[in-house]
Amino acid sequence: MTPRRLWLMLVAVALIVAAAVALGREQMAAPAIVASMLRTTLQVATPLTLGALAGVYCERAGVVNIGIEGMMLLAAFGGFVAALAAHAALGDAAVGQSLAVGVLAAVLCGGLAGAFLALLCVTYRVDQIISGTVLNVLAIGLTGYLSRQLFFQTGMPHAPGVLPTLRLPGLADLPLVGAVFEQQPIALAALALVVLTHGVLFHTVWGLRTRAVGEHPRAADTAGIDVARVRWVNVIVGGLVAGLAGAYFTLESVPSFEPLMTNGRGFIALAAMIFGGWTPLGAWAASLMFGAAQALQINAQSFGLAVPSQLVGMLPYLLTMLALAGLAGRSRPPAADGQPYDPHEADT
Amino acid sequence: MAQQPTILASEAAPSPSRPRARAVPVARAALTAVALPVLAVATALVAGGAIIALAGRDPLLAYEGLWEGCCASPRALSETLVWATPYVFTGLGVALAFHGGLFNIGAEGQLALGALVAAWLGYALPGLVGPLPAVVHLPLVLLAGTLAGAAWGAVPGWLKARTGAHEVINTIMLNYVALLAVSYLLNGPLRDPNPLNVIARTPEIALGARLPRLAPDLRLHAGLLLALVMTGVVWWGVYRTTLGFAIRAIGANPAAARAAGMPLGRLLVVTLALSGALAGLAGAVEVAGLNYRDELGFSLGYGFDAIAIALLARAQPLGVIPAALLLGALRNGAARMQFLAGVPVDLVVVLEGLILLFVAAEVLVRRLYRLPAAGPPLVFTRGWR
Repeated sequence: MTPRRLWLMLVAVALIVAAAVALGREQMAAPAIVASMLRTTLQVATPLTLGALAGVYCERAGVVNIGIEGMMLLAAFGGFVAALAAHAALGDAAVGQSLAVGVLAAVLCGGLAGAFLALLCVTYRVDQIISGTVLNVLAIGLTGYLSRQLFFQTGMPHAPGVLPTLRLPGLADLPLVGAVFEQQPIALAALALVVLTHGVLFHTVWGLRTRAVGEHPRAADTAGIDVARVRWVNVIVGGLVAGLAGAYFTLESVPSFEPLMTNGRGFIALAAMIFGGWTPLGAWAASLMFGAAQALQINAQSFGLAVPSQLVGMLPYLLTMLALAGLAGRSRPPAADGQPYDPHEADT
Repeated sequence: MAQQPTILASEAAPSPSRPRARAVPVARAALTAVALPVLAVATALVAGGAIIALAGRDPLLAYEGLWEGCCASPRALSETLVWATPYVFTGLGVALAFHGGLFNIGAEGQLALGALVAAWLGYALPGLVGPLPAVVHLPLVLLAGTLAGAAWGAVPGWLKARTGAHEVINTIMLNYVALLAVSYLLNGPLRDPNPLNVIARTPEIALGARLPRLAPDLRLHAGLLLALVMTGVVWWGVYRTTLGFAIRAIGANPAAARAAGMPLGRLLVVTLALSGALAGLAGAVEVAGLNYRDELGFSLGYGFDAIAIALLARAQPLGVIPAALLLGALRNGAARMQFLAGVPVDLVVVLEGLILLFVAAEVLVRRLYRLPAAGPPLVFTRGWR
């Protein structure tokens, strides 16, 4: 990830914010639009950032993960049900604890989905893109089936609430842009995880091993690294992170679950990871860019523009395609990404 | 690719980093090709039964309902065939792309656009150019739907050829764009203006644009025959034509195909366009043979169904027919299952995922039933390249 590309992505964010100011200048003051755009961007970029980080963990170790969407969906549902159950057991006095239980359950669900993917991709060396598709279909099926089976008579209930908004001391008191720093916990955790992942990947022995396994598993194997173990751990960690992204949907964004609610975010996160050159910082900048497009869509509706909502709704998807096309082969995946590794197989 | 009968996959171009396939007696390979999917489906049904039982419902009653709903009467059988018809087209499309080493997750969007264009020409064309005889109108409607799907499929092919952007992401993004476009048009310019209409749908298509029904009182329509014909056409195209050979060549080893002078980029576009064309035709046939109009949301889920069918068929065109029948039967029987046993229709999506799992991870099924290994494992895709 070149610094130049990072800057270009942040410039793209600024351009999208400027577009929002131009569109809404008759309804709202410019600084208010900027603050609202940035705040919404950080919010809606949260599942993208976390999903993209999940992808970075898996793919840096050489496992293509197109099952992020399914991981998120499973975790969103698992966290939602756990929060409901905890709320029923603990009562109204413990809404915060119930939500915490929900987040924990979501993260665990993601980790389980990661273990499932690792079993298929690493242990059984199944075609990785097919494995991810299996995970996605199972996630759609299981969440749809269970949500209807569990809530057949009662109708879909609401979670006890959403995670509280936190004010970052100091930053949130700034004039004009202070509102940007009033965020919910998962959004803040996503930012911390970007920095953490960068540190782990590029400044620890584990990160070096992970990258070695993703680039040249045979060389890593020869050097005494347990390729299967490194891949297993990274895919599970990726699942845990994707699980946190799932918690965003049902415990931070809205207090309810609906089938298919991830709505392609997992795939956009994947595109963000690719556009970010398989690096945590690049993936974050790309997520902000796609998030800004979504924020523009959300804000444009509140401006009451005459453009049909469906056409504005295409923005994030079109931008994703445009961004991928603009790469023109300049982004290089880890050399062994997508290739199962068989230690007993002769090199060809 | 897994198709060992082809000279190409077994001799000329083994996939990189994989040893050459061991010679397997043809009869045993054929037996495995049938036995593995059958065992995969059986295992998925048992696992599905366990899920039903865990939720406190009766799995036998559920499967009884599934059977009654899909197969126990002429009407049920007819409905299963009606369900299977679009599955044959979309399954063929995804299977064709697999032969070219391409993963088309965009059947849903391609089908949605095919249906939209077919419906529009179906109701609006007589008003624009005057009354049309059925021999002109019906083929025109089907062809236009096919072309719309082909165009939507060609876009990710072109993007991959020009920029290297992976078709998995672009076909998914184009699904969302297509569904939003269809939603806009069905709610706006193409919406049925009839004051009694309260939903997002087009007016009914003209009588001359409709496929005939095959039996009185049943919804079974001539689209089924077209699906059977297309299966033969795709089989012939893949295994008996120069283009099919070239598609299999880029699927088996793109570098070798390019070195042999094949236009890699153009073949990527053509393969995905043909794949999209089949999905577009599926949409057009649904409009011309069944619904007689386009309605918002009817295309939902067809993309993943198509992938399941193509995988179950191991990308073999002739295998698409039994796979499509199976999925059609599951979908068709689901309502009766829900009514009889209180198991939500969504269970069939779980079953679909389980079938996919046991087909893709055939090593699980082999271990379970102690089958000998026969040939290399299924490999359809190659990471991000």
